[in-house]
Amino acid sequence: MSTVRLAGVTKSFAETVILQGVDLTVEDREFVVIVGPSGCGKTTLLRLIAGLETITAGDLWIDGVHVNDIAPARRGLALVFQSYALYPHMTVEENMAFSLKLAGVPKAERRKKVEEAARILHLEAFLDRKPKELSGGQRQRVAIGRAIVRHPKVFLFDEPLSNLDAELRARTRLELMKLHKQLRATIIYVTHDQTEAMTMADRIVVMQRGAIEQIGSPLDVYLHPVNRFVAGFIGSPKMNFLPASVAEVQPGEATIRLRNGYSFAFPFQQDGAGRTLKMGDGVEFGIRPEHIVLDHTSGFRVRVNIVERLGGEAYLHTLTEQDEPLVVKADGDTPVQEDESIGIRINLPRSHLFGPAGDAIAWPAKQE
Amino acid sequence: MPSKSRNHQLRARLLLTVLGWAVALLVFFPILWMILTSFKTEKEAVAGIQHLIFRPTLQNYHDVQQRANYAHFAWNSILLACGSTLAALLIGLPAAYSMAFRPMRHTKDMLVWMLSTRMMPAAGVLAPIYLLFRDGNLLDTRSGLLAVDTLMNLPIVIWMLYAFFRDVPAEILEAGRMDGAGYLREIFSLLLPLSMPSIFSTSLLAIVLAWNEAFWSLILTAAKAAPLTVYIASFSSPEGLFWAKLSAASTMAILPILVFGWISQRQLVRGLTFGAVK
Repeated sequence: MSTVRLAGVTKSFAETVILQGVDLTVEDREFVVIVGPSGCGKTTLLRLIAGLETITAGDLWIDGVHVNDIAPARRGLALVFQSYALYPHMTVEENMAFSLKLAGVPKAERRKKVEEAARILHLEAFLDRKPKELSGGQRQRVAIGRAIVRHPKVFLFDEPLSNLDAELRARTRLELMKLHKQLRATIIYVTHDQTEAMTMADRIVVMQRGAIEQIGSPLDVYLHPVNRFVAGFIGSPKMNFLPASVAEVQPGEATIRLRNGYSFAFPFQQDGAGRTLKMGDGVEFGIRPEHIVLDHTSGFRVRVNIVERLGGEAYLHTLTEQDEPLVVKADGDTPVQEDESIGIRINLPRSHLFGPAGDAIAWPAKQE
Repeated sequence: MPSKSRNHQLRARLLLTVLGWAVALLVFFPILWMILTSFKTEKEAVAGIQHLIFRPTLQNYHDVQQRANYAHFAWNSILLACGSTLAALLIGLPAAYSMAFRPMRHTKDMLVWMLSTRMMPAAGVLAPIYLLFRDGNLLDTRSGLLAVDTLMNLPIVIWMLYAFFRDVPAEILEAGRMDGAGYLREIFSLLLPLSMPSIFSTSLLAIVLAWNEAFWSLILTAAKAAPLTVYIASFSSPEGLFWAKLSAASTMAILPILVFGWISQRQLVRGLTFGAVK
């Protein structure tokens, strides 16, 4: 059993508040990815869990033990740094064995554990090399190896893939998922890359400005973002947002109108918990590029500005009649040309509505 | 025009080379002249430029050795230079470590304050230090001068080590802490091996500075604890006109540090330009 529980964790440096009352429970063997833009406090959160920073207020438990004041090494965690932070003057083997050596593990056992980790990570041939003689990907694996040999309760990863090139990043992502299965480990993984979050996580934690915005499975966060920030941050290319206004509110239904005159009826219930709409309210209509389809019979016309062809698919960067940008996903071999006017149809059950404060008002898909 | 610009570049490089050599020669000339003079007779030594070609003699070295025991002074210089450097490192390393990795509100002020002690002319504290030495029976003792040399070098040592430590990636030390390294482990297993080149160049500079220290040596020592700077000085006053012998004494005094500097010049240059190249 390896669980991590944070309750009301707050961190501030002098007057600056970095983290504000974070509550999070990571279950045993769970792969949790903390994602957010740079400066949102995600790395600080990881460093608090690791023990490299002290917690200003709130509580942290690892396996039910209160560890606020316990030294990093005695928390039983391993941290893989963004820069790898290998010891440059030690060989790969010495790097991996350093923690065991400090813990007083006998030499033969050290050797065995290092060899086992090296085998998992395909590093057997490099044990006698110094870090500077290794490629970026190999250094990365040594950094992971250094964590593996300790058999930690929880693996902490701080943007471990950001220094790798695109191809190696995609490959290492798969390796990490395999490793997670193989080691049956609990992992907390910090990244600013929403693709990493979507592909690897059991659960995603989306952060902004020192607070958690949403926690959920990748698909849940993708389909049911709780606010405009999460909706815009998760998904690539980004969700389209069009300004709209409330045209009519009836029991169980709200009609909103886009600026080009198109209106949609959303299932909506006044619930008194802040989610109220009245006629004339300014709202935002959200729709992902993949939830718009081309339909030449449609009266919803947009002008194509740029066609981005990726082979298997194409992204049409278009402008509405009001010059609002709208990205539409199309087939890779779509005949659409730049400067062409096209008709589109919106997959309404997959659309989102965000209130004046940015919170999600209705997910039609959920009510279906 | 490519050919014209290449021509231009070539001329600029030539000019720089000539300028470089000229400056180097200018700086080195007094030393060269001193070494040459030490092999001349006294008459040739005062004669000036027309005796550029002369028959070298070792007579001066013989005479100088007759008057004073070179080895005694040299030994003092070695002891003082190495001893004070070692002492400055022992105090400076922990100081620089704490300031670089655990800075507090006034760390920056403290660094400036330490450097400020070097801004005051040494003569300003002449009287108090002399009185302290007299009352503490430290006059003409190696330990007394060692303490002064150490204190004199300490700000420079701390500043250099501080700057070097600031360049050590903090994440490596944090990885050490995650791996279970305490402060001592962190310093001895990670920081020191990582900063060996920096510590080496800092030591070199401190040794050279202590070796060349003359002001306090002349005031606080006489015979027993006197280093080579005092040895040279002893030839200048009573025998001020005997340039050849003075040159011989000076040559012998700077020879060890010159050889030492020559061997370690690469590290020395790195140390002197610390912080400049990133």
